[in-house]
Amino acid sequence: MVSALSRSSLWLLSLLIAVVAYALAVDTGFAIHMFIVAVACIIGLVVTLRGVDLSKAILAPDQGRYDDDPIRWGVIATVFWGMAGFLAGLVIALQLALPVLNLGLEWTAFGRLRPLHTSAVIFAFGGNALIATSFYVVQRTCRARLAFPGLARFVFWGYQLFIVLAATGYLLGITQGKEYAEPEWYVDLWLTVVWVAYLAVFVGTIVKRTEPHIYVANWFYLSFIITVAMLHIVNNLNWPVSFTGSRSYPIFAGVQGALVQWWYGHNAVGFFLTAGFLAMMYYFVPKQAERPVFSYRLSIIHFWALIFLYIWAGPHHLHYTALPDWAQTLGMVFSIMLWMPSWGGMINGLMTLNGAWDKVRTDPIIRMMVMALAFYGMSTFEGPMMSIKSVNSLSHYTDWTIGHVHSGALGWNGMITFASVYYLVPRLWNRSRLYSLRMVNWHFWLATVGIVFYASSMWVAGITQGLMWREYGADGYLVNSFVETVAALKPMYFLRAFGGFLYLTGAVIMTINVWRTILGHLREEAPMADTAFDPEKDRPVVQPAPVHAAPVAA
Amino acid sequence: MTTIVEKHKKLERNVTLLGVAAFVAVIIGGIVEIAPLFWIDNTIEKVEGMRPYTPLEQAGRDIYIREGCYNCHSQMIRPFRDEVERYGHYSLAAESMYDHPFQWGSKRTGPDLARVGMRYSDEWQVQHLKDPRALVPESIMPGYAHLAEHDLNMGDMTATLRTLYQIGVPYSQDDIAKANDDLKAQADPSADASDLQKRYPKAQVRDFDGDPARLTEMDALVAYLQMLGTLVDVNAPAAQEALAKEKGR
Repeated sequence: MVSALSRSSLWLLSLLIAVVAYALAVDTGFAIHMFIVAVACIIGLVVTLRGVDLSKAILAPDQGRYDDDPIRWGVIATVFWGMAGFLAGLVIALQLALPVLNLGLEWTAFGRLRPLHTSAVIFAFGGNALIATSFYVVQRTCRARLAFPGLARFVFWGYQLFIVLAATGYLLGITQGKEYAEPEWYVDLWLTVVWVAYLAVFVGTIVKRTEPHIYVANWFYLSFIITVAMLHIVNNLNWPVSFTGSRSYPIFAGVQGALVQWWYGHNAVGFFLTAGFLAMMYYFVPKQAERPVFSYRLSIIHFWALIFLYIWAGPHHLHYTALPDWAQTLGMVFSIMLWMPSWGGMINGLMTLNGAWDKVRTDPIIRMMVMALAFYGMSTFEGPMMSIKSVNSLSHYTDWTIGHVHSGALGWNGMITFASVYYLVPRLWNRSRLYSLRMVNWHFWLATVGIVFYASSMWVAGITQGLMWREYGADGYLVNSFVETVAALKPMYFLRAFGGFLYLTGAVIMTINVWRTILGHLREEAPMADTAFDPEKDRPVVQPAPVHAAPVAA
Repeated sequence: MTTIVEKHKKLERNVTLLGVAAFVAVIIGGIVEIAPLFWIDNTIEKVEGMRPYTPLEQAGRDIYIREGCYNCHSQMIRPFRDEVERYGHYSLAAESMYDHPFQWGSKRTGPDLARVGMRYSDEWQVQHLKDPRALVPESIMPGYAHLAEHDLNMGDMTATLRTLYQIGVPYSQDDIAKANDDLKAQADPSADASDLQKRYPKAQVRDFDGDPARLTEMDALVAYLQMLGTLVDVNAPAAQEALAKEKGR
């Protein structure tokens, strides 16, 4: 039992620490960050003192209902950060076409905005989608309410604080200088605390399940949470210059630092953007299609193969560098093998639609899921191909890599998240259906056409760049100066930005749709197929206390 | 197949077993690939000429990282004919052995910078950083005119060098104690820099930003750019021998 008094004193203590750290700060960036932390503490304190009664939600909740508040917040956060991240992406895409958009300001130059974009879409949009859906799925598949409801709320708000600190840090120039791991040491420590709490809530909920088996989606979520913890901690082993300053240096240098970074970087893709999103696929696709998962055996084999093989693939980011050749070759071989378990997941998802393929015509949410799986399959074929050293010698350092990443991120991660959000919103806010299914259809087409513009312009840009760099004339000299290759890409950069604009437009339509659904509006329109939902069946199994403690006898 | 499914039921009913098994599955690859890099000798062959960064170069490097230059510029020349002709000798492992963090990069929106040192004049670098399109009309690089306006203040350089020393960069106690003086001396043509140059061979001492009256962020960044790739004489016989030993290249 946590009384309002002890909670207030905890907030006061945190506030005090933040203020002291602010006063002792050795650089402006750290001072601003401590100010943000102090503001967060004051908000927490005010909320506590104004007597917002948490006891109802946390201490004496309705045991006959799932704990969905953090999930509702998470869905809203997903949509919000998605918009922010896509907008940042469009801005930096336009900066590459029109450099004047860097505005000559230190805070808005491409080098600072690009980490803002990548972190916003991966960690803010993707991360919130993962946390929200994992909390939703683990409750439904375990038929149990969330364990540690207070901690679950801490995970949500703590994660938002992490996002705000990371994002403001990039604009202020606070960075470790490692891609996708830019936040500095104190933000990393904070994320570690939040992540351990996340693991506790997730595993705690599985422990109190009333179903004997742990559903396959939860295997993926669990491996994602554990592996990301491992990657995050090892790749962020830093030594701060001052404990009241923002700057730190990683303990690994040069070759070792590079491999640790790409072991982390590739598996941020493998576990954050693949395993976690496959978990979403394993719950939402069967639910929306109202069909069982195609193959249980395939899910076992592809799960273990995927998580085992993914970890080895990192060195393909370092082909032909000063990394020893044996490590490069090992990375390439495992990357190629990775193709199979990746397609195992795609096949298991697509074949789940057996007997329900007609829904692709009638149900726009299913259509999004199918497109997500198709892009997943495409980019997990392209990836192994690009990891082959001779292909990589052309593609590395070019926009081909950017195109590859985005066909996975926009196509797979984006589409499966949108589909999940569309599935969740009417159920979480207890509406009979979405505001508009026709608008889902519009979103689908805008996003799909946007990705086609994006990926194809970057394929052309990347291969152009790669070939121009290595082009020799009959006289035996290099044909192109570097800047000629920059100028050649300009039209492609405009086309890419146009693709991004379409994708963002689709997301705007989603935001309106989600907003109006939450408000309870229904658009008058010709009906489209949707999956029926019975709120009365969406309930945890309430067990009498003695049975709860005893082990389940088979 | 049935047996696999049956055996797997054990894992599916026990979250501890499942979690431990998943952790074991994901830890193997990392250990096999990363751990040997710390004890296989020829991962990094020592070469003549490598030394830690001077305080001014390190401050410039911190600015390079702060501005996110690594988002568009690599510092890793691959052993291909076109890259070697365009950028210079391919990069050696030892050349980034003191880089915390490494800045090999992953994208060349702009050219590789591993050996950009001394390829352009200071004036060119300063002008180009202030307004890239004044010198290269097709360039899409952002302008960094603010670097010349900001006085250099990357914190206490003694603390910076001590931190780097603690994680393995071989600075001497002398280097650490004199760090703040070295910072100023390297950009001051009138100062006596003989001691600095003895401790940091090949350190370039001059006013870098064209404004001798002030020590700016531009001084530090240009000092860093002008030393990139200049430490190791890759064509010296000893360096060639070291290269030959670096397996797999």
